[in-house]
Amino acid sequence: MNLEELNAIATNERTAQAGKNHHLHVCVGTACQALNSEQIARALQAALRQRGQNGEAEVKCVGCPGLCSLGPLVEVASRAKAQEANELPPDADRRTTVLYQFVKPEDAEEIVAHLGGEPVKRLETPLDQPFFARQTKIVLENCGRVDPERIEDYIAAGGYQALLKALTEMTPQQVIDEITHSGLRGRGGAGFPTGLKWSTVAKADPNRYPTSVPEGIQSRKFVICNGDEGDPGAFMDRSVMEGDPHRILEGMAIAAYAVGANHGFIYVRAEYPLAVKRLRTAIRQAQRAGLLGNGIGGTAFSFNVEIRLGAGAFVCGEETALMASIEGGRGTPRPRPPFPAESGLWGCPTLINNVETLANVPPIILKGAEWFAGIGTEKSKGTKVFALTGQVKNTGLIEVPMGISLREIVFDIGGGIPDGKQFKAVQTGGPSGGCIPAQFLDMPVDYESLNRVGSIMGSGGMIVMDDSTDMVEVARFFMEFCMDESCGKCIPCRAGTVQIHRLLTKIQQGQASERDLHTLEELCDLVKHTSLCGLGQSAPNPVISTLKYFREEYLAKIKPDLRARANGKTKVEEHG
Amino acid sequence: MRRYGYQSHGLIEALHSAQEAFGYLDDFTLKYITRALRLPPSKVFGVATFYNLFTLKPQGAHTCVVCLGTACYIKGAREVLSAIESAHSVKAGGTTADSQLSLLTARCFGSCALAPVITFDGETIGKVTPEAVAQQIAQRLTASALR
Repeated sequence: MNLEELNAIATNERTAQAGKNHHLHVCVGTACQALNSEQIARALQAALRQRGQNGEAEVKCVGCPGLCSLGPLVEVASRAKAQEANELPPDADRRTTVLYQFVKPEDAEEIVAHLGGEPVKRLETPLDQPFFARQTKIVLENCGRVDPERIEDYIAAGGYQALLKALTEMTPQQVIDEITHSGLRGRGGAGFPTGLKWSTVAKADPNRYPTSVPEGIQSRKFVICNGDEGDPGAFMDRSVMEGDPHRILEGMAIAAYAVGANHGFIYVRAEYPLAVKRLRTAIRQAQRAGLLGNGIGGTAFSFNVEIRLGAGAFVCGEETALMASIEGGRGTPRPRPPFPAESGLWGCPTLINNVETLANVPPIILKGAEWFAGIGTEKSKGTKVFALTGQVKNTGLIEVPMGISLREIVFDIGGGIPDGKQFKAVQTGGPSGGCIPAQFLDMPVDYESLNRVGSIMGSGGMIVMDDSTDMVEVARFFMEFCMDESCGKCIPCRAGTVQIHRLLTKIQQGQASERDLHTLEELCDLVKHTSLCGLGQSAPNPVISTLKYFREEYLAKIKPDLRARANGKTKVEEHG
Repeated sequence: MRRYGYQSHGLIEALHSAQEAFGYLDDFTLKYITRALRLPPSKVFGVATFYNLFTLKPQGAHTCVVCLGTACYIKGAREVLSAIESAHSVKAGGTTADSQLSLLTARCFGSCALAPVITFDGETIGKVTPEAVAQQIAQRLTASALR
């Protein structure tokens, strides 16, 4: 397919959509789907048919608009009254939008009856509330707008334009330069500059290290999309894969063109069946449209994508472990260097990027590096998607510009803490991150600031805790997680996490002395500095950060007589 | 296995397919995969036991999974789990004596906005409470028994 054909599809689809007076968007993300949103979509269709309105209105199943706590959500975009009466030029497709919350299938008829008139007040939720107004959407711009199971809808929203632009107007080096200038950094957590990674893979010589590519795969470089979103409390990547799968394929194809790869893998958790299904559909559609496969867009460039399923191992989010898993083995990491960029999958140079990173690529190519670099802070450009959960009023998926303060996220977008309780801490970065206490609420959210206070950006889980949360228990919970998920390859992580967990349990049971607290700190330091991969290196973070900011909670749990004895002992030692 | 030309990198996909078809991986299945992919048994067993998702034990007729992710945990998933354990007299990771119900725990479903969450045979049930959860499961068990 070339650019003209692509534009023709886009125009066709847009004309068809503009012909409808009302668009009803029903969220079919995992959270809303669990609340029967597909039934709602069917009920809306039935109600429209009954009233003979199915010609002028369209029901569309879309990805997650973000505000999961008010789900199932239905968005109704109606053409302005003036335009219906032909007072506005027909090409100005101006619409008024109403958002309905907690919709049930029974409400469908009422919603349809009110189309074009006053909205149903009972279900309406304002669209100008801070939750929506404070967000900047780049990665999620299509989620909640586009039907994830129809490629035409994605094309109508400007999809695959960036890929064809890159293929026909830019050299691979220009694509890499554009990404480098945009300042995009890896969204998987560590924040490695994406442009640098791409140029390393592009320059890498596939013959430098011995390779063993299986028969049938005609590529000596690979692109991998890391969709193994293992952090508990994080669901950003899932929402993008479910709500806008074509965006990921487009990002991967652009990346493959830039680094010279012809084969790609998307590694998805098997726990996300809906994401897997939608990605499979998307790959099939893109292949049929000639946007994946051989000779994309009439050029000589070929790129194929395969899906690989994870099988429930947290460590497989680590890049070397993930590649071991794609090769069909146990997902255990290996020492770096050589980095995957030089010797990765089957020994070939491999580019491995997070879902969100790749989803940022098409808009950068289309709108330019300058535009992207204009958003965010000096060192952290663009936006970040967070999964806001825990003890906060509005839970869901948000995308905010880098540099926004935690206070804005928790109190403006999140709507504050429910039930009149007090804010205590916010946990970012999942089991690898730390707890940030109230004193840092006004700190800007970017890679450097979060590191400074002992947490990490992470993949974007943000869990709010109120004053009823026991911080020692939180630390113990994360340590239990890391203990179970440690792959067992290196000793500090395998044995260290068990010992830390044992100490935390002892503290929790009120059996610990102050000396145990000291051992705990030493152990955390040891595991952090001697583990092989990111899992072990970051596993002590929740303990270290809670020890730093909520030490009094640990002290309160230490056995009173042991505390006294420990104090006495140190005094004697000092005098002796 | 044929899709990957009987090559070793299709091992995990083969295990997924086998578990989907048989519900769990028994010795016979694992040995068959070992031969078909020409791999050492240690590798196949190693991979099958490494990943949490693969199970070598037969499962009950129905599966209930309790999410123990951070968001669910903070909203009381532990109490939900013990409520189910005591009501159906089954431990997490085990199956009831009448092999009707297997109770499992999971890391995170990514449905944190509905926390605490459980799934019953793939159907997601959000915002559960320790008081009501046992009955919700019992209802579904009897409903399927009638069918």
